[in-house]
Amino acid sequence: MNAEVAAATAAPEKKEFWRWQENTWYDETKNWKDAKIITCGIDVGSVSSQAVLVCDGELYGYNSMRTGNNSPDSAKNALQGIMDKIGMKLEDINYVVGTGYGRVNVPFAHKAITEIACHARGANYMGGNKVRTILDMGGQDCKAIHCDDKGKVTNFLMNDKCAAGTGRGMEVISDLMQIPIAELGPRSFDVETEPEAVSSICVVFAKSEALGLLKAGYTKNMVIAAYCQAMAERVVSLLERIGVEEGFFITGGIAKNPGVVKRIERLLGIKQIDTKIDSQIAGALGAALFGYTLMQKQAAK
Amino acid sequence: MIANYGYKDGSGEYYISIDTDKCIDCAAERACLKACPQQMFEIITDDYDDEVAWVKKEKTRALAYDCADCKPAGGYTGLPCTTACTPGAIKHSW
Repeated sequence: MNAEVAAATAAPEKKEFWRWQENTWYDETKNWKDAKIITCGIDVGSVSSQAVLVCDGELYGYNSMRTGNNSPDSAKNALQGIMDKIGMKLEDINYVVGTGYGRVNVPFAHKAITEIACHARGANYMGGNKVRTILDMGGQDCKAIHCDDKGKVTNFLMNDKCAAGTGRGMEVISDLMQIPIAELGPRSFDVETEPEAVSSICVVFAKSEALGLLKAGYTKNMVIAAYCQAMAERVVSLLERIGVEEGFFITGGIAKNPGVVKRIERLLGIKQIDTKIDSQIAGALGAALFGYTLMQKQAAK
Repeated sequence: MIANYGYKDGSGEYYISIDTDKCIDCAAERACLKACPQQMFEIITDDYDDEVAWVKKEKTRALAYDCADCKPAGGYTGLPCTTACTPGAIKHSW
C-alpha cells in the first residue's frame, strides 16, 4: 500500500474540542538570579497542574498544563516546563509547597497546604486586599471561600461530590457540541433570546438533556447558553450558602469562560474583580506565597 | 473560620459546619470524637497550624445517610455531636 492510499484509508483524526490552551509565562523584565528567596507552588489538580515561581514575594513565572496519569509526574512536568525556559534547576528553589488534590504526592515539596487556603492567598495577590468572596471553579470540584484582607480563609464550602458546575462538565459539553472549549463562552451570547437553563444539575443527565434540546430544534449556541446558565445557577446556589460579600473574585479555568462568568455576575448583581493574571494559577500562586512567608519566618528565627 | 463539610445534591443540602475559632481551645475536651456513633470527626492540624476537628474526608459525601440515625426519626431528641460540643462549634444544616 503506498503512502497516498494509506492516508486516504486512515481513520480521520479525532479532534479534541475540550482541549484547552496550556501555557507558560515568565517576567522577561526580571532575572531570577537576582532574587534572594525563590519559592515554588505546585498545584496538582484533577484536570490541570500548575507550577508557579515567586521571587522575593513577587510572581515571576508559571507553567500550566493538563494533569497526567499520576500526581508525581504531573508535578515534575509542570515545574520542568518553566525551569527549562529560564535555565533554572530544582536546587535553585528555596522552598516548594504542594497543593491541590495531589498535594501529598509532590515528591519535592517541603509542605502540603489545602487548595482552599492557597486559592484564598492567590486571589488576595491577584485581585488585591479587597477580595472577600472567592469562587474557585476547578476541574472536578467547586469551592466558595470567604477571606479577610490578608487572604486568610474565614469561611469555606466545597462541593466535590458531582461534576456539575466544574471544568470537566464544560469539557463534556464542548465535546458533545464539537465546538472548541474557548469558543463556548462567546458563542453562548450569540442567541436571539436567552434560553432556560438545562434543568438537570448532573453532568450525565445534562448531556442527554442537551441532546434532547438539539433534537427539539435548539441551535448549538442555544444549548451552550442553556448549559452556561445552568452552571451559573448551580454555583450561585453554592455561593449563597455562605453568602456573597463585595470584592468578588473567580479562580480556576471556568473564570476564562465569559458565558458563565457574566451569567454569575448577572445572578449575583455584582461584578467580579478583574485581573491580568491567569485565573488557573491562583492555587499554585497561593502555595508559592505561603512558601515565601514560611521562608521569611524561618529567617527571622 | 467556619469550615463547611458536606454537599448539595438533588435531595437537599447536607453540611456540617465547624467554627474552628471555638474549636481551637475546646472546652469540652474533644467530646465530639466519642459522641458521634459513626466516628465522623477527627482532630487535624489545619493550614494555619491550629488543632481543630474536621469531618473525615471519606464521610463528607454521605452525610445524609451516616447522620440519619441521629436525627429525630432515629429516636434522638438532640444530635449527639452538637450536644457534646458545649462551645457550640458544630452545626448541622438540615
